[in-house]
Amino acid sequence: MPVVILRAPLKDLAGGNREVKLEGPDVRSVVRALEADWPKTAGWVLDDQGRVRQHVNVFLNGERVREDAVVGPDDTLHILASITGGS
Amino acid sequence: MRELLVGTKKGLFVLRGEGSDPFEVATRAFEGSVVEFATRDPRTGRYFASVTSGFYGPRLMWTDDPAGDWEAAKGPAFPEGSDTSLDRIWVVTPGEADGVLYAGVAPAALFTSTDGGESWTLNEPLWKERVAGDWQPGFGGLALHSICPWPGQPDRLAIGVSAAGVWITEDGGASWRTGYTGLVPRYMPEESWEGTNVLCVHNMHRAPLAPERLFMQFHGSVYRSDDAGSTWNDIAEGLPSGFGFPLTIDPADPDSAFVIPLASDGDRVTPDARVRVYATRDAGVSWTALSEGLPAGDAWLTVLRQALGRDGEGDGLGLWFGATSGEVFGSADAGKTWRTVAPRLAPVTSVRVA
Repeated sequence: MPVVILRAPLKDLAGGNREVKLEGPDVRSVVRALEADWPKTAGWVLDDQGRVRQHVNVFLNGERVREDAVVGPDDTLHILASITGGS
Repeated sequence: MRELLVGTKKGLFVLRGEGSDPFEVATRAFEGSVVEFATRDPRTGRYFASVTSGFYGPRLMWTDDPAGDWEAAKGPAFPEGSDTSLDRIWVVTPGEADGVLYAGVAPAALFTSTDGGESWTLNEPLWKERVAGDWQPGFGGLALHSICPWPGQPDRLAIGVSAAGVWITEDGGASWRTGYTGLVPRYMPEESWEGTNVLCVHNMHRAPLAPERLFMQFHGSVYRSDDAGSTWNDIAEGLPSGFGFPLTIDPADPDSAFVIPLASDGDRVTPDARVRVYATRDAGVSWTALSEGLPAGDAWLTVLRQALGRDGEGDGLGLWFGATSGEVFGSADAGKTWRTVAPRLAPVTSVRVA
């Protein structure tokens, strides 16, 4: 089962869990599984249309990917905010 | 004890106070996020905050205790397959029917809740008008920011959109018609005025004692309607500028409106380096500057669209506004005298009285 690594504030919304194991054939499905297990994360990673938000980064085994990337059972996903700033 | 809900670029500030002392910051919530708008439904006491994270997007939060936990509402969100995602929630307004609230969002759409704000549904007929009419955004985006219910008549509603004018429903949102007549888009070439729908409404409020009357701050002028928003009369003469964003009314007096002009479209600061609220008590025939206690010099403030709130009425009307400088000013005597109630918050996006 793929492992998803979360950082604040997503970690806090997922009950304080830094690592969660979630089923899903692609990134969108894995995030939907996260939302199902931890409803407070709903809408934080994916927008209304199920796309990874512009300023959120999802890394699959170290490579930045989008919502339709295929996820295997031994994969690791990192979800974190992008490094943007100014205001 | 008065409670102000001040949305800022750096979270929500709940201010409490009375008398002449500065208000205290009773609560700060949503640190690190922009709170675009916050309000309290007077029927239920429930608080709402429109919260936008620069990373994780917009969401509507609600609570019965602003110092406690907040819950995320189910929506507003656009249906999957619509190829549209929510950018921002501009306003939340209680409706007339029990449990009904409205939310205006960007890109411009109206959402309705029938369960006290916990879940939200897109108004499809207005959305179809938006798609068919190819509505164009203003500088601040394509925003549905003003929602004006009709007291006692739940099916009647007027909304203001930047930049797609006034839309009116009399059947609970099943159908909509425009209220364009009289609005002059001077920001466009004159030969483009006729028939355009690029009408940049900045703010709109209804006079509850005479609901057919509405006041509007437009992009470059101020207007009054006496026929429920169908037609509009320019009432900006006497103001230092027709440009500005905030507007409010005195619920006890249908002839009253209050605006905070900015110098111009290209110079969005208080005119003449002075901070003044302008009031009309004769439906826009004349305007009076209200400035006692407000900065009288070297003051180039910007007051945003939702950053003027009110409570009470008549001589006891409370007027409360914040600037992007982080100051919040208030008057408890209908603008006769003013004071600074919070000197150094983050840039203020909205002010409402709880």
